[in-house]
Amino acid sequence: MNNVSRLKKVLENGEFAVTAECGPPRGADPESVVKKAKLLKNNVDSVNVTDNQTAIVRMSSLAACALIQGMGLDSVLQMVVRDRNRIALQSDILGASALGIRNLLCLSGDHQSFGNQGQAKGVFDLDSIQFVRVAKNMRDEKVILGGDPLSSPPDMFIGATANPFADPIQFRAVRLAKKIEAGADFIQTQCIYNLDRFETWLNMLRERGLTEKTFILGGVTPLKSPGMAKYMNNKVAGIDVPEELIKRMEGVPKDKQRKEGINICVETILRLKEMPGVKGVHIMAIEWEEAVGEIVERSGLLPRPSFD
Amino acid sequence: MITAEQKPIDEIRNMIAPYKRILALGCGSCVAECAAGGEKETAMLASALRMAAKINGEEVIIEEKTIDRQCVNEFVIPLDDIMEKYDAVLSLGCGAGVQAVADMFPEVPVIPALNTEFMGETKDQGYWVESCIGCGDCMLYYFGGVCPLTRCAKHLLNGPCGGSMDGRCEVDPDVPCAWQLIIDRLSRFGALDRLEKIYPPKDWSKKEGCGPRKIVREDQQK
Ligand code: SF4
Ligand code: SF4
Repeated sequence: MNNVSRLKKVLENGEFAVTAECGPPRGADPESVVKKAKLLKNNVDSVNVTDNQTAIVRMSSLAACALIQGMGLDSVLQMVVRDRNRIALQSDILGASALGIRNLLCLSGDHQSFGNQGQAKGVFDLDSIQFVRVAKNMRDEKVILGGDPLSSPPDMFIGATANPFADPIQFRAVRLAKKIEAGADFIQTQCIYNLDRFETWLNMLRERGLTEKTFILGGVTPLKSPGMAKYMNNKVAGIDVPEELIKRMEGVPKDKQRKEGINICVETILRLKEMPGVKGVHIMAIEWEEAVGEIVERSGLLPRPSFD
Repeated sequence: MITAEQKPIDEIRNMIAPYKRILALGCGSCVAECAAGGEKETAMLASALRMAAKINGEEVIIEEKTIDRQCVNEFVIPLDDIMEKYDAVLSLGCGAGVQAVADMFPEVPVIPALNTEFMGETKDQGYWVESCIGCGDCMLYYFGGVCPLTRCAKHLLNGPCGGSMDGRCEVDPDVPCAWQLIIDRLSRFGALDRLEKIYPPKDWSKKEGCGPRKIVREDQQK
């Protein structure tokens, strides 16, 4: 298979990239993946497939990516280090590349105690930074960990995540620098609601010259209700929803709240587009893929570039 | 030290049910420090078991004894003199103690009375925390004396995950984020630069080895 990463092409061409998240089903039905992918087709450059997110058992991200690639879309394979040791991670990178998957996002993953398998043994053999480096060495040096050569290297555009809202803030730029040094070609951030804090973080990166060394995609999640905004602020570690946004969501009648959530999301993207150093947006419309088309269109990001 | 907690009494009663002459064997070291299997706890457990047996009209002899260390053969050998009186041992040692006693007395069933938990510190009265998983290659120097393999829920070696907030761990807000502690300590010593490098994947063969690990030191052998 000779395909190349569409995401990489878009970014390298200097276009503002658009990716969106797709959570695989809690079952074996390929149709649900196909349905979600259809909603995203032509609206985004690449579809991120989550890996047993929140530690809940779902269809494997590798299988779901293969289904999506089969529909002619570009996919980003998310892989967490929670469930697989270095043998399995490296093996799955090779398998993914063989199936034509061209983007990899390396994450630590939500801790197993959060999901529906609380008695599982967490693996965490590598951390996400080590994993990025392993993937890069497989691709660029054609070796696996320990130095044994590969008969043929995987072809992967390698990504990592960053959370501009986590603590300690002074260390966040150091950690991102390490991810880039390890080999992260692109970075997808946690959902952005607090644009001030995001800009503070971005400035820290600019000071270190990091925004020139990797492609940063800002993460956004449209809010569905004030309840969701409060829940994310209080219950989801590492998410910061400012009080004024919660108030704004509370201030509209119930049947207009989703609309308002989309409005906020579009406004955020318009701001992100203006920020030097932000090269794209990653839309995580959780179980609301229908919203993505409207968000992308209203953000002035359609049509997506074509390379044919 | 090694920490442990006593198993529920019903579980213990089920395990000892087939036996009539039982030695409740305490250990005076780690498990005494964590108030799970020392002399006092052994006396209390033995008496609770005798009481329960009596209420249920069961004919059973339960005697108690505490030795200094169940995990060191020298301390276990003298039990040879009394062992013939018993048809089972209920050990209040840690998992290593239970097995050391069982190895010494292959004919006698040795039953664990404790759940062995971790290597840790006594922080306060009645409060113990895990601080080392015995990885076989100590990295505490690099991390300012805070072990991320043990104290970070994701064993991260290259900095905090995206869930670290206000110094708390995302996995359990009652637990401090190990990485916040590491950064605080290293910045106090002006040694934050230790965190700029990428620490490579851990060599787990030093922990996992090939089955159980052992230390052989000829200089210590007679
Ligand atoms: S680095 Fe290893 S030996 Fe040192 S405290 Fe942590 S687990 Fe124990
Ligand atoms: S919050 Fe801190 S201690 Fe908890 S998993 Fe993340 S880095 Fe580790």
